[in-house]
Amino acid sequence: MSLRVIVVDDERERAALVTQALTANGFQVVAVLGAGACPAHRVTELAADVIIVDIDSPDRDMLEDMRRVTFDCGRPVVMFAQDGNPETIRAAVEAGVSAYVVDGLKPERVKPVVDVAIARFRQFQELRSELGRTKATLAERKLVEKAKGILMRQRGCGEEEAYRLMRKMAMDRKVRLADIANRIIEAAQLLG
Amino acid sequence: MAKARLEKTRLTLGMVPLVDCAPLAIARERGFFAAMGLDVEISRESSWASIRDKVAVGVLDGAHMLAPLPLAMSAGVSPVGVPMMTGLALSLGGTTVTLANAVWDRLAAINPGAARMRPLPATLLRRLVEADREEGREPLTFASVHPVSSHTYDLIAWLDSGGIAVDRDVRLVVVPPPQMVARLSAGDIAGVCVGEPWGALAMRQGLGRVILTSGDVSPGRVEKVFAVTRAWAEAHPETHLAVLEALIGAARWCDDNRAETAEILARPHLLNLPVGAVAAPLLGEDSLPGDLIRFHRPAANVPWRSHALWYLDRMAQYGQLPPETDRLRLAETVFRPDLYRLAATRQGVDVPPDEEEPII
Repeated sequence: MSLRVIVVDDERERAALVTQALTANGFQVVAVLGAGACPAHRVTELAADVIIVDIDSPDRDMLEDMRRVTFDCGRPVVMFAQDGNPETIRAAVEAGVSAYVVDGLKPERVKPVVDVAIARFRQFQELRSELGRTKATLAERKLVEKAKGILMRQRGCGEEEAYRLMRKMAMDRKVRLADIANRIIEAAQLLG
Repeated sequence: MAKARLEKTRLTLGMVPLVDCAPLAIARERGFFAAMGLDVEISRESSWASIRDKVAVGVLDGAHMLAPLPLAMSAGVSPVGVPMMTGLALSLGGTTVTLANAVWDRLAAINPGAARMRPLPATLLRRLVEADREEGREPLTFASVHPVSSHTYDLIAWLDSGGIAVDRDVRLVVVPPPQMVARLSAGDIAGVCVGEPWGALAMRQGLGRVILTSGDVSPGRVEKVFAVTRAWAEAHPETHLAVLEALIGAARWCDDNRAETAEILARPHLLNLPVGAVAAPLLGEDSLPGDLIRFHRPAANVPWRSHALWYLDRMAQYGQLPPETDRLRLAETVFRPDLYRLAATRQGVDVPPDEEEPII
């Protein structure tokens, strides 16, 4: 029987990535929850076996095993770590994944679920930093264009000459072209 | 002069938004870390589980922790367990139990005089619990911040003083500190035991009343510690001592400058709360005791082994520790007053002798 998984993640696009990958691997995602949805209460109701939780979710403390002290939860859940190997745990924490399983579930059945989640969390992280880099590059290009326009007006030179001047200045001062562009724009604003 | 010997100067230290993270936050904001040649980033974490896991795998160099957490991690009973070490207590006391208004009103209807007492007699709550049972109502639910915490043990002790047993008479659940106020507001929780300023904030928002403080149950008990993995401590001995030295200076500053400590802690990147609510538990306002939380005096920074043993005894009592655990050995390897003494001596702070170890 395929494992039933709850995904707890406020990041909706990431949750969608994980859900899609889990389904493709033959697991059944029975719920995708945001923070504050008290996943512990849903475990019994949804007959879930595994809960994949964003490591920074405040709900994690609620899932922590109360052992004999209490926690009257029909299906006691424990963090998937004790039986897992240290590399899996490190990879999970670094990717931002934590996993809870219904007590007694065999680690070899759970590990594939955790591995899928780790892979998708990583993929999402890469996508996001890639997006960040693209945005930064575009922003820098705009700055350089603007500074070039200022130089062309002030010096009455052509586009290539303005670009050459800026690049030389950047190299002489050992700073990035975007920083030089910023200074030119700021100076122009100051001088009106 | 210390700089040259530091094994690592750029550190990331974790904290949970609570008043008792003050020594860490102040050491960063007021330059105590910088003075030791350390460049520290404070990482605000949303749960104790997150702090535990990130310290265990090295994403964080060290962190603000519930005092029994490094013990549980070292005993191998927490999900992610590695040998831990603490050379410094960050605070004594500082937790409160807040009862939701709806529950308090029902207690006041039974006995208005007793309901106004603090600590509120748990026997009064038992009358309510019994009445609820006769009427076939759902049992009341109380919340603690973590299974292994002073909060859990204080709640159980207070309920027990009124003949109320967890599971049999009331439910106990875990809710992270920053969500306590929202859960009180939602109305499905009867009472919460949490570190300040969350009790003061609940009172200020008109959601409940503080009926018990840590001082009523276990005055002078170590509440939070600064903990690192043993492996980290062994790889970075000088850096570790430099952090402890900075924290000792910062803790002393916190005790001496409570209003300013509140103002700094309230800032958006730290607690992100109204300054009045943060100041109340630090200054003893809103009817909270003035000595609710202590950062440095009297000998508040010593990670006493007797306190580690007190926590280990509670853990054993509630089935959180395997019976064969060598508690004394665990206390001695995890709680390291010798490291505190070394750091305190370098800072010119008087250190109490061993034989003065306080028993809670």
